This record gives sequence, structure tokens and C-alpha cells, in this order.
Amino acid sequence: MAEEMRIVLRNYGKIDPLKIEDYIAQGGYKALEKARSMSQSDLIAEVKKSNLRGRGGAGFNCGQKWSFAYGAESDIKYVVCNADEGEPGTYKDRLIMENDPQALLEGMAICAYAIGAKQGYIYCRGEYPQVIKILNQAIEQAVTKGVLADFAIEVRSGAGAYVCGEETALIESIEGSRGEPRFKPPYPPSQGLWGKPTIVNNVETFANLPAIVENGADWYASIGVPSYPGTKIFTLTGDVNNCTFFEVPTNTTIRELIYKFGGGIPAGKKFKAVQIGGTSGAFIPESQLDTPVAFDNMSTIGATLGSGAVFVVDETRDIVDVAARIAGFFEHESCGKCAPCREGTARIAEIMENINDGFGEMSDLALLKKLGRVMSVSCLCGLGQAAPAPVITTIEHFMADYQAKIL
Amino acid sequence: MDYKEIIASYADKPGGIIEAFHAVQSQLSYLPREVIAEAAQVFNIPVSEAYGVASFYSMFSTEPRGKNIIRICESAPCHVAGAAEVVQALERELGIFMGESTADGLFALEFTECVGQCQATPVITINGEPYLDVNAATIPGILAKYR
Ligand SMILES: Cc1cc2nc3c(=O)[nH]c(=O)nc-3n(C[C@H](O)[C@H](O)[C@H](O)COP(=O)(O)O)c2cc1C
Ligand code: SF4
Ligand code: FES
Repeated sequence: MAEEMRIVLRNYGKIDPLKIEDYIAQGGYKALEKARSMSQSDLIAEVKKSNLRGRGGAGFNCGQKWSFAYGAESDIKYVVCNADEGEPGTYKDRLIMENDPQALLEGMAICAYAIGAKQGYIYCRGEYPQVIKILNQAIEQAVTKGVLADFAIEVRSGAGAYVCGEETALIESIEGSRGEPRFKPPYPPSQGLWGKPTIVNNVETFANLPAIVENGADWYASIGVPSYPGTKIFTLTGDVNNCTFFEVPTNTTIRELIYKFGGGIPAGKKFKAVQIGGTSGAFIPESQLDTPVAFDNMSTIGATLGSGAVFVVDETRDIVDVAARIAGFFEHESCGKCAPCREGTARIAEIMENINDGFGEMSDLALLKKLGRVMSVSCLCGLGQAAPAPVITTIEHFMADYQAKIL
Repeated sequence: MDYKEIIASYADKPGGIIEAFHAVQSQLSYLPREVIAEAAQVFNIPVSEAYGVASFYSMFSTEPRGKNIIRICESAPCHVAGAAEVVQALERELGIFMGESTADGLFALEFTECVGQCQATPVITINGEPYLDVNAATIPGILAKYR
């Protein structure tokens, strides 16, 4: 059975996050030194070989992404940390930044050296004012110690828009604009912030890097599932006994997350469904709980790993009501740039509210499925493409609940 | 500090208009027309664009609102944990509905989506400070701190 394994959270509770000396005493910034003793291309090759894949949701190979920015011709390049963390039920990036901010800065500095960037930004959600303070203090200490050399990092605050977690919307927001996603291509590694080659990585992705550089690619690649190695932090919410967080290897199964680490369902109730990866994730029934949490294993059951949020609902919950609330989330967070999402999220929310209030018809379900199909292929960004998933998967797996409300 | 000075202090930051709006709002609670016009001038963009930024982000308000901004998380984990009861308790305690401000200008009541404190749901924030595991019984005590 899988045990907890702390790579990203290795310093959690062991150091004073606001004392860079503590971080250095634990071996901090040795990896950056080692990285700088390697050639840029060797470093990128090593990261690629570790098979570290993005922890922000899309699961792209980190070293490969860096190689695009490394190869792009430009005097100016940027490193951007995505700390927007807006996915409901997720607070893992906050845990990293609150408890070990230097690990994030070191990871960013390793990336900056690899691609040849002198300026970095951390885009932190506006809902985390305490975290922004911690980050600014940590940066000040790193600058005073001189560990970042000529790499400068600035913290920028979001202002309450879920879509700004999408990397091109995030870039728009740093530029001081409305956070609306851009048409892709060009992708950020070739043209990102202010048109320059830009790497956007998630907080957890960056925080993995010092350990990878220190211990080597082979060590990392051997942990968990080979196609998505390493660990993942999960945050548990809803009907579980331990509403808390865990960092586990990626071969851990969903069942272990809920029953072993989560301590099962409270008050002797039965499990009904779990939604993983945040609010756009599929609802997963009992029959699929033995799936490992790694990226591709989740894809094969039509689910996502996403941010690592684990939202459990027990047998007494009204899943139509929950799916209706989630539909309301997407209606609210759609940025409105493209019609299929702007209209589609509003219609899904409207139909779901109707069904939830007892005014639905069976034909609505066919309508929802059709709308979901259209949105998944025609929306401009991941928000609109994934928005129908919770509704579609609850119809698929919990039809009886819908029937009960419709008849 | 007067709002012109606040905005001017961000003038050299490329794309700094969002930071400037945050700074003004922490003093005034919202972004009055003059602030948006001033920011447009300082950051050298059309007023319409500056207004577009102010209206895009849910933490910004272009309408006056109460000084202490109470936001209630309505995302699914908080929803199943009883956010609706917290809404009722707040509405009763303050004598206003969601989206409104109290007549004395002390409180504004707003919905928000997840604020990333999901380890102890339901959650509210007041001026960005999170309160965890709230329920109808704990609301009056929390509000008292701001009265
Ligand atoms: C609607 C939407 C919201 C997103 N929110 C986040 C987020 O909060 N944090 C994050 O790291 N990535 C988020 N992403 C993914 C980013 O676009 C991007 O893939 C990621 O930051 C890349 O970093 P990684 O390769 O390290 O995962 C979001 C994507 C979409 C479509
Ligand atoms: S899919 Fe939705 S959120 Fe994404 S660009 Fe289109 S309207 Fe905006
Ligand atoms: S779901 Fe309410 S704080 Fe995260």
C-alpha cells in the first residue's frame, strides 16, 4: 500500500518559512548551484529525462516545454509562476508557498538559468494576501543573501477571476489587461509575456525541481507511475473523515486516497461519488475507485487529475443539486470572449437549475449532452471545454438521481 | 494618501494598473469613476479599457459598498458543508441581502467562489482574512470584531 512521501513538502513543519537560513541549513540552494555548474542544454535534458510533468493540470513535460523557450531567439525571456490556484477544493500551492517559499524561488531560478531569463513573476491569486506578504519577504531575503544572482522576481496579485489560471489569460492579467485567454498558437514559450518567450509553470511543478536536480532524473523517474512519475499533493474536501492534505506517489489509487488517507466516509455512511481535479473534473463512481491517480490512468476512465482536489460526496447527497451549483460556477467564471462558452455555460446553468427545482424534462438531458459535446470541441480555452464534464458524468453515472427529480 | 498619489506610485510598473486598483480599493472599498479615469491617464490607455479592467475582476467594484467586505464561498465543498445557512445568518444579523451593503456603510455582503481555505468548510473572508468552519452560531462573534 502506498505511503505518504514528501518531496515537494519535504520542509513542511521543519523550517521557519520566513528564515532563509533554515532553508539553506536543510540543503536549500545546493540544487541551484549544481544546476548552474551544468550547461543549459544538459540541465534541460536532465529535467526532461526525469519526466516531470506539469502539476497545474495539463500535464505537459516540463523539460520539453523549457527546451522550446531555450531555443527561442530573444534577448529577453520570462519565467512566470502560476500561483492563481482558483480550482475549488484546492489549496496545495498555498501550502507550498506558506511553508517553504524558498523552494519555489529556487525552482524558478533553476528554470531561469535553463532558458536564459533574468526576470520572473509570481502571479498569486488576490484571495491570498497573506501569501503575497510571505513571498515578498522570501524574495527580499533571497536577494539579500545573493542566492538568486541576477535573476529578479516580482509578485503580482490577481483580482478574483478563475480564468486567469489559464496561462495566456494570466499573461494578459500581468500585462494589466482583462484576463481573457489568447488564441493559440503562438504558445507562451515562443511568444508570451510582452511578446517574449515565457515559461509558465505551476507552483508545485517549480517546487519539485530542486529535489530533481539534486537527486537526479533517474531517482525521480522511478517514483510512482512511470508515465507521470513523482508525487502529487492532494487536498480532501466534502464527506471524508480527514479533510486534509497528503503528498503521495502517483501510483496511489483513488480508493486509497479516500479510505486510507482520508479515513473513509463519516458517520458510517456509504460512498456515492468523488470529483477529482477540481470543479471541472468528472464525477467518479465506486466501480472506478481502484484507478491510480496518475494523469493518463485518470484519462482512461474519462476523468482528470487536475489540481489534485478530491471532493467526496456520500450517499445522502443530492448530486443534481451539487452539479447545478457547479454549473453556476462556470456561468459566473466564463470570461465571455467566445460564444460557445459564454452562451453554453449560461444554458447549462439554466437547464440544471430547472431540473434541480423540479421543472426539468427527460429531453433536457439529451440537450445537455449535445451542448456538452459542442462546447468540448468549440470553446476557445480549457474552461469552456471542460465545463460540461461534471454535468455529463453525473448524468452518465447517476441517472437515477436525475430521474427522481424529473419524474 | 490621496488616490492620485497611490496610482502615481505604480506608474513605472508595466501592467501595474491592477496593483494600483488594489491599493486604491484597500482605502476606498471601491473604484470611483475619477479613479478609473486617473488610472487610464497614468497608464496611458483609453478610459474604456481601464473600466474594462475594473469591471472584469470580481474583487473590484465600480459601485460604492460597505467598508468591511464579507465574502462567502459558494463553491461545491463549502456548498455541501452548509454555506446556505451561513448566508441566512449573515443576512439576518446585518439586515441586508447578499450583494447589498449596510446603511451605516460598515459591511458589504458578497458571494465568492473558492478562496483556497477548503480544509475547514464553510469559509467566509472579511477584507481578505479567512474565517474557517463558520456556522450560524459563530457569525455574531466574528462580526463584533468589525463593529
Ligand atoms: C480555466 C483554467 C484554469 C487554470 N487554472 C490554473 C491554476 O490555477 N494553476 C495552474 O497552475 N494552472 C492552471 N491552469 C493550467 C495552465 O493553463 C497551465 O497549463 C499551467 O500553468 C502550466 O504549468 P504546468 O505545466 O507546470 O502545469 C488552468 C487552465 C485553465 C484552462
Ligand atoms: S472558453 Fe470561456 S473562459 Fe475560455 S475564452 Fe471562451 S468564454 Fe472565455
Ligand atoms: S471551497 Fe470554499 S474555500 Fe475552497
